[in-house]
Amino acid sequence: MKIRHQEGLVSKPNKARTRPLLRLENISKYFPDTLALDRVNFDVCSGEVHALFGENGAGKSTLIQIIAGVIRPTSGTVFLNDEEVIIGSVQHARELGISAVFQEFSLIPQLTVEENLFLGSEQLVGPFLDKASLHRRACETLNSLGFALIPERKVMHLSRAEQQMVEIAKAFRTKPSIMILDEPTASLTAHEANRLYAMIEVLKDEGIGVIYITHRTNEIYRISDRITILRDGRQVATVSVADTSEEKLVELTVGRRIEQIFPEINTQSGRLLLDIKWLNLSNQVARDVSINVHAGEVVGIAGLVGSGKSEIGRACFGLHKIRTGRIAYLDDPVYDSARRINDLSPRAMLDRGMLYLPSDRRVEGLVMIQNVRENVSLPSLGLPKFSSGLLLNRRSERDIVGEVARRLGLNPIGIERSLEHLSGGNQQKVLVAKSLVRDVKLFILDEPTVGVDVGTRASIYRLIRDVCEAGAGVLLISSDLSEIVNLTHRAYVMHRGELCTELARDNLTEQALLNYFF
Amino acid sequence: MNKKSIRAVVKIKRTASILFIKGGVLPWFLGLAVIGFGLTNENFLTERNLFGISRQSTYLVLVAMAQMVVMLTAGLDLSVGVMLAMTSVVSSMTMVSLWSGYGTGWESVFIGCLAGLGASVGIGTINGIGVAIFRVPPFVMTLAMSSIVFGLSLTITGGTPIYGVPESFANVFGYGQIGGIAVPVWITVLCIAVMYIFINWTPMGRYLYAIGGNIRAAGLSGINTRFYLLGAYIISSVITGIAALLLTARLESGESNIGANYPLLSIAACAIGGVSLFGGVGRLSNVVLGAVFIILVQNGMNLLRINSYLQMVAIGMLLIVAIIADNFRQQLILTMSEQP
Repeated sequence: MKIRHQEGLVSKPNKARTRPLLRLENISKYFPDTLALDRVNFDVCSGEVHALFGENGAGKSTLIQIIAGVIRPTSGTVFLNDEEVIIGSVQHARELGISAVFQEFSLIPQLTVEENLFLGSEQLVGPFLDKASLHRRACETLNSLGFALIPERKVMHLSRAEQQMVEIAKAFRTKPSIMILDEPTASLTAHEANRLYAMIEVLKDEGIGVIYITHRTNEIYRISDRITILRDGRQVATVSVADTSEEKLVELTVGRRIEQIFPEINTQSGRLLLDIKWLNLSNQVARDVSINVHAGEVVGIAGLVGSGKSEIGRACFGLHKIRTGRIAYLDDPVYDSARRINDLSPRAMLDRGMLYLPSDRRVEGLVMIQNVRENVSLPSLGLPKFSSGLLLNRRSERDIVGEVARRLGLNPIGIERSLEHLSGGNQQKVLVAKSLVRDVKLFILDEPTVGVDVGTRASIYRLIRDVCEAGAGVLLISSDLSEIVNLTHRAYVMHRGELCTELARDNLTEQALLNYFF
Repeated sequence: MNKKSIRAVVKIKRTASILFIKGGVLPWFLGLAVIGFGLTNENFLTERNLFGISRQSTYLVLVAMAQMVVMLTAGLDLSVGVMLAMTSVVSSMTMVSLWSGYGTGWESVFIGCLAGLGASVGIGTINGIGVAIFRVPPFVMTLAMSSIVFGLSLTITGGTPIYGVPESFANVFGYGQIGGIAVPVWITVLCIAVMYIFINWTPMGRYLYAIGGNIRAAGLSGINTRFYLLGAYIISSVITGIAALLLTARLESGESNIGANYPLLSIAACAIGGVSLFGGVGRLSNVVLGAVFIILVQNGMNLLRINSYLQMVAIGMLLIVAIIADNFRQQLILTMSEQP
């Protein structure tokens, strides 16, 4: 077996392991203005768990999308059982025995668990649905995985973790030879995650090759056999877990870039901007949370998906219903359940100088069919610099947005390009740019660097430093540990709706954060 | 074939596809229609016929603009037809009841027009409240309203036309001319100018595009989406009301049946003009041209003595072809942008 690696460590092929089920050679993928994967080699053997590790935007999801048939590589070859194949579609991949569980659920919320499990391959009696056999087979699948799910329940009534189980069962149902799990524990509780690990052991025993994507080192040591580390689309190393210490792993993942990515922020904290007291949100997503942010300060909220960290930010912008508590902005009560004050709405808070940038730029952040200029100026069109009386001042709009685009390094693209033609990183820059054309005192950034490349991350971090040094406050909501550790002055940690701790700069390490995550 | 001619063919193909991508189907449709009807019928390109087309177009141009405002927000207004009818009925009944029968009757015309506009704005407001506040899907809301309003206008009139509006009304707004151009055309040109400024040069115009493009992102950008959605339906109803008044003047009577074609025709004009049915995309100039194109085709078919039943078939087919061509165009844009 001849595999060329570009740099770093290469494990010797384990003699005991069987020949690889799936082998990728020199896979590259170009997107319009980025090289997402650069000549990556990857293989997975029967009965092993091969973990993919790397930062956001390292190319993990591009790689599994290629394996799962969602996208095609620009160049390179895929071998399945030593035969060259071209995986044309998700359907085709499934026929070849490759099943993927993606983070975005592929479930239809209005259908029941069993209907979802067999969607697209229904049992028929003549022209009619064979509901009895469907039900029986659904029960068999769920039982074999040990999932306590009721097949007749509608998916929309299930928790995120339960939906994740349905998704896994759906991928497992076709008895694949290769299963891809994309951060399956991101929304699971510790107990549920343990069940998932047990299930993966079952899959291994059945000879299934598992490709496992995760951000958590402890998971890697618990379940995987080999790790491939990606950084900026390049394969840094493929190593066996047993031979690699955790320090080595982190070093390989982050590389030496870490000092360059995160700028030094030298500011003194100023007056109190945001003061949240005993906040309880509806649906119990956050309970008794008290948080404050001062001017000139980057404050982090760390936590897993579903920990309620996002909802805190949304509530401050009037996007999530509050049950009880108090929120004061610049000593001004904007919400007080006891005194029945509720001034929270995007418009009102924007006018007061607060801005919330959502984590999902496509769904909530941007109007994808409009161009850069229109998106950037949208929240600020009512300001005198953008409109005089009734009419828009389009010349000044062009100049101001053009200037911001230059600051963010967007200028080669031009501000008249539609967002659909921009890379994810540039789209994220446009989202950030919305806050730069108006006077903002408090930035609430919800996962500001999710799915963007390292270059964009660095420029977003520099921007956070700039606004901070100019006297604004930043509330950074993130599940990216390195971001929290390296950028914030202090950080809160949320776990299952509760604030478990506040860590000052000196105590802020990834390990300390992780201890509170689970 | 030698290399040179192959290269020329490739170049022409590329230029044609770029033209198609930039301009959409409309220029091709318009060009084909003008050439086709111009060659087959000598009366088509005469001054008299073109004058007629310009005047006939006004009503659909106005209603199509009204439709566009709603479609930009990812909505749909199926009640434009009955809005026309109700406005016509209310305005003419008011005029008839107020006019003594002597003199020019301008007071009664003025009050009648206001009453008619009031009726259409009332319908538009109810549509807007249903869609913006109660979140009724626009399709259902305006479909239901068209049943309600049609029933009401038939009840009011008993199904018979209302005659006896002041002659001055019809003479000026129906048949009048200023500088060789029909009065309705002047009014429509004025409306187009106002709409152009509204859509392209005011914050609200921009907000309508943003709401249609991504209503959640618009809301997070501090835009009061309910307010502007409601506003879109009200503005749309004002323009439809103006069209209805001009149509009433032209017909010299108030009728419940005048608007039956307009929902389809106005949506067709927008779709042919490149307005997305999913909201957020569309240009006013193309919508105006789309409406003119439909009237042009109808006029050409009239000159060729194609009967009105077959004309309905033709218009429906044109709409479908336009949408298919536009889908094809979107794919072309995607493949072209992927090329380095």
